Formats: sequence, structure tokens, C-alpha cells
Amino acid sequence: MRRAIAALAALLALGAPAGAFAADCPRTSLGDIEDEVMCPVCGTPLELATEAPQAQRERAYIEELIADCRSKDEIKTALVGQFGDSVLALPGDEGDDDLGDVLVYAIPALALLMAAGGLALAALRWRGAREAGGAAEVEGATDAATAAERPSGAASARLEADIERYEL
Amino acid sequence: MRRVLSPLPLAVLCAVAALVALLVYGVAQSEPDRDIDDALARGEREPAPALTLPQLEGGGRGGLADYRGQVVVLNFWASWCKPCREESPLLEKWQKRTAAGGGTVLGVDALDVTGDALDFIGEYGLSYPMLKDRDGEAMASYGVAQLPETFVIDRRGRIAAIRRGPVDEAFMRAEVAPLLEGS
Repeated sequence: MRRAIAALAALLALGAPAGAFAADCPRTSLGDIEDEVMCPVCGTPLELATEAPQAQRERAYIEELIADCRSKDEIKTALVGQFGDSVLALPGDEGDDDLGDVLVYAIPALALLMAAGGLALAALRWRGAREAGGAAEVEGATDAATAAERPSGAASARLEADIERYEL
Repeated sequence: MRRVLSPLPLAVLCAVAALVALLVYGVAQSEPDRDIDDALARGEREPAPALTLPQLEGGGRGGLADYRGQVVVLNFWASWCKPCREESPLLEKWQKRTAAGGGTVLGVDALDVTGDALDFIGEYGLSYPMLKDRDGEAMASYGVAQLPETFVIDRRGRIAAIRRGPVDEAFMRAEVAPLLEGS
């Protein structure tokens, strides 16, 4: 029994550092970071720069930092140290361009609103024009039918004569 | 008076025009500055843009002002750049020659991881001074669009020659040697 307890204690002692290490090591991944940083040479987010040699080195550097148990924020800070603020892809990350950060979000939102408004307005106008056109068409058709039904003077006289002839 | 366009198409036209203007501006901004090339093509030597950057190793800053009155072979490079590997032994060879003639090769490691750059320097045994252009601003001021690029600066601080691509022996003999001899 004592042996079993000792073996269990030894196992726990061996497992404890690994568990503590896992808890201390922040979980992040290359995929989690590469959409938030730029490839400075390519001018695109790192995730889009697949072939560029600089992008490949940047990825390798990030993976080294991940293996070194650095958190996402620490890795971003390290990247800024290597490549400057422009390596950060997300507005607001740089922290020194408030107006620019607002505009990055505001301009697309405004453009979307304008596009939606324009479409709505166009749809309303199209619908109004269609309804007006339909009403005019119906009115025109009715007039034409009435005119077609109404016989001309000569025809009317002939019709009257025919009716009298066949009247029983 | 007859109305030419109703407000909606007018607004759409304005939006499209604004987008096209934005696109043109973006393309124009991404074009490298070629003023130096134009001046050289006219036979003129432009003053080299001011350059002060952190030292690649050991802290502190350095720049062209440290080499006033000397011939400077300013070389932009990075450890991930393959052609930079080809020209590095030649630049090291010419560093010895320029140092003897009152000049220096000055390396600018651009958009690079410092550890990789130091490994590169160790691998090729480069002895000339190195600066770090971490975000590529110095590159932009020289109109550098690809690496490596080299600027030969005369003793009066003017750009005497450019090689946009790796340097070779013929370029160094033609553009650097006469400046060293003219001291």
C-alpha cells in the first residue's frame, strides 16, 4: 500500500511541473495573430502574404515567440519592436491616430448606409413609376375597349335595320 | 430649364467619382519616389536625404552625418532577401578598399528581424557599420522599392550613383573607385 502511495506521489510530482507550465503558457496560435498583423513589405495582412520571403520570416519569428510561451499581446509588442507600429493591422492597435481609427470604421459604415439608402430610394421610385404606368395602362385599355364596343354611325343604322328585319 | 440628372444618379456618380479618386490617390502614394533617379539622368547630383537610424546592434543611433566628408556606399538590405546574399561578400571586400580611401560602406537593414540580421552578418563576416530601418521609412525617403539597393554618396553628401538591385564589381569600379581616387 505504501509503495502504491509513493508511486502515486511520484507521478503527481512529475506531472505537476508540466501542468504548471501549461497553465503559465498562454495559448495562442499563428492563425490567431497573422490576421491582425501586416507583412510590411507586401502591404497586406500577413495571412494574405503566402509567398513573400519577408512574410515567411515574420511567420517563423511569430512561431518562435509562440513556442517561447509569449501571449498574443507580447508577440504584437515584439513585432512592433522589430517592424514599427505599421505592422499592426487592426485600427486602434497603434494608439496614436485616433481620427484615423474612427474613420476606418466610420467610412465603410457610412458607405453601407448610403448604398442601402440609395437602393431603398431606387426601389421606391421604381415601384412608384410602375404603379403609375400600370394605372395609365389600365385607363388607356378601358377607353380603347369602350371605343371598340361603341359602333360607328353607319354601322349603328345598319344594325338597327337588321334588328327590324328580323323582328318577329 | 430641363433637369439633366435626378438626385439619385447624381449621388451615385459622385460616389463612384470619389472612389476612383481614392483609388488613384492610393496608387500614386504607393509609387516609389524617383526624384533621385531623375536628377542623375539629368547629370545632376541631389543631396542625399538625411538619414539617422538606430544602430542595428549595441544601442544608440547613427547616420550619414557621422561620415561627413567621406565617400559612403549606402546599402539597403535584409536577411530574407536572396540577392542581398549574393552581393554581401563583394560589399565586404569593398569596405576594406573604401575605408583605406576615406569612406565606408554603410548597411541599412530594413524590415527585418534583428536576430536574423545579426546571423546574416555573422555568416558573411560583415565588418561595416549597420543601421536598422525597422518600418521602412528611410527606404521610402530614398525611393527604395525592392532590396537590395545601393546609393553611392560623394564627399559633399550628394548622391553620385544608384544601383537598384545587387551591386557587382563593374558597378563598384565605375562608380565608387573614382570617388575614392578623387580625395
